[in-house]
Amino acid sequence: MIDRRAFLRLAAGAGPASLAAACGWDGGNAVRPLLLDVSRLNDWVGEKILFSQHRLAPQYDIAQRATRLPSYFISPMMPVLRDPNAWRLQVGGLVRQPLTLSIDDLQAMPRTTYTVKHHCVEGWSAIATWHGVALSAVAARCGMLPQARYVRFDSFDSGYSNGWDLASAMHPQTILAYGMNDNPLPASHGAPLRLYSPTKLGYKMTKYLVSVTFTAERPGGYWEDQGYPWFAGV
Amino acid sequence: MTATPVPKSPPPPPARPKPAAVKRHHWIVRLTHWLTFVVLAGMIMSGLQIYTAYARFGERDGPSYVNAFEGHGFPHWSRLGGWLAGGLNWHFALMWPLIAGGVVYLSYLVVSGEWRSLLFRPRDIRGAIEMQKYYLRLRKDHPPQGKHNPLQKLAYTFIILLGVLSVLTGFAVYKPTQFSWLTALFGGFQGARYWHFWAVWIFTGFLIVHVILVFVVDPASLRAMISGWYRGRFPSHD
Repeated sequence: MIDRRAFLRLAAGAGPASLAAACGWDGGNAVRPLLLDVSRLNDWVGEKILFSQHRLAPQYDIAQRATRLPSYFISPMMPVLRDPNAWRLQVGGLVRQPLTLSIDDLQAMPRTTYTVKHHCVEGWSAIATWHGVALSAVAARCGMLPQARYVRFDSFDSGYSNGWDLASAMHPQTILAYGMNDNPLPASHGAPLRLYSPTKLGYKMTKYLVSVTFTAERPGGYWEDQGYPWFAGV
Repeated sequence: MTATPVPKSPPPPPARPKPAAVKRHHWIVRLTHWLTFVVLAGMIMSGLQIYTAYARFGERDGPSYVNAFEGHGFPHWSRLGGWLAGGLNWHFALMWPLIAGGVVYLSYLVVSGEWRSLLFRPRDIRGAIEMQKYYLRLRKDHPPQGKHNPLQKLAYTFIILLGVLSVLTGFAVYKPTQFSWLTALFGGFQGARYWHFWAVWIFTGFLIVHVILVFVVDPASLRAMISGWYRGRFPSHD
């Protein structure tokens, strides 16, 4: 939690600073940590007050789908598996029964399909259909322990990862997606498996998944560690 | 009977008595006024930084909203945050003092009854027309007024509503799924972004006109907004 004094100091410092020394300024070493403290406060407000585990994102007609979504990855080249058949998802951490799941295993589980709007932190949005299995079903299958409070998602995209709060992860629309727009998930969008949820900004939805780990400590993430909002709920 | 000497030239007009100082603005009004000014400047500048990341309004593959700034970033000096994450963090930090200032100010207006001299109501329409005639020089004398003339009431009522609209469109952009009903009200996520952006230019236009009028019409009002005391042309209070 942010302490109150830090917040007041920020409020007092923010104004004059923003006027006098703006110029594409990020706040410098004095203000940046305070901004990140407030960002943590906003994470808390976003998770505990504004987010509801029972509120579903609106769904759209497939006629409203965008023809193309931009693809993002951090590796210099699009990450592609050398041997897709050898790929497995590792599910572990605070669970009774760690799992090693193939795409076939995941597709044999109850399927969730929805057509929803994707919100990018940059400001663009686009409608697409996603097919996958609810993460809550995977958590039930591996016997997630009550100590689990967060989930860490790791990828084979140069170490790209994300950390999620458990409430968002267990939202009924949070899925491990193996399909997009009635087709298998393309490499440009994270094949063979990616995290998807219409309640988060795009950068929270780890692509090229290799593991799902339930933890007690809050995991960081690729963009989150560089200053982007951690909760990033929409 | 004594004869008064006849002056050779007309006497100088008697020195105008210094207008009495009247208490004009409560400290809450002054504090929130300047707080809002500074915080809003930071909100606008960090907002321009955020806009730079996707400089258009409209769904991917969809039509664009009419926007003179489409495809253009804003100059470095006008942006706050340095990069997208910095802009976001400034924006989401400054939103708290902005909202807090607005809530404190509006609460003060309600509790003190000051809202009566600020809120534009239908009965002010006639006075607003007279005031407009005066500014267009169709009427010579300045119509009598209370603390604010009807055109000022219109402007201040409008700008408060614009503030409320900015906050609402802001929440619609911030949490388009949790507040999907609100976002839908503004025409969806891109529509809410669009109207949120428009608020910037209306605020900027208001600021320019506001400052010009302060210096041209009633410079004493600037001092009143700092010290609270007013010694100017319009001392009456309704």
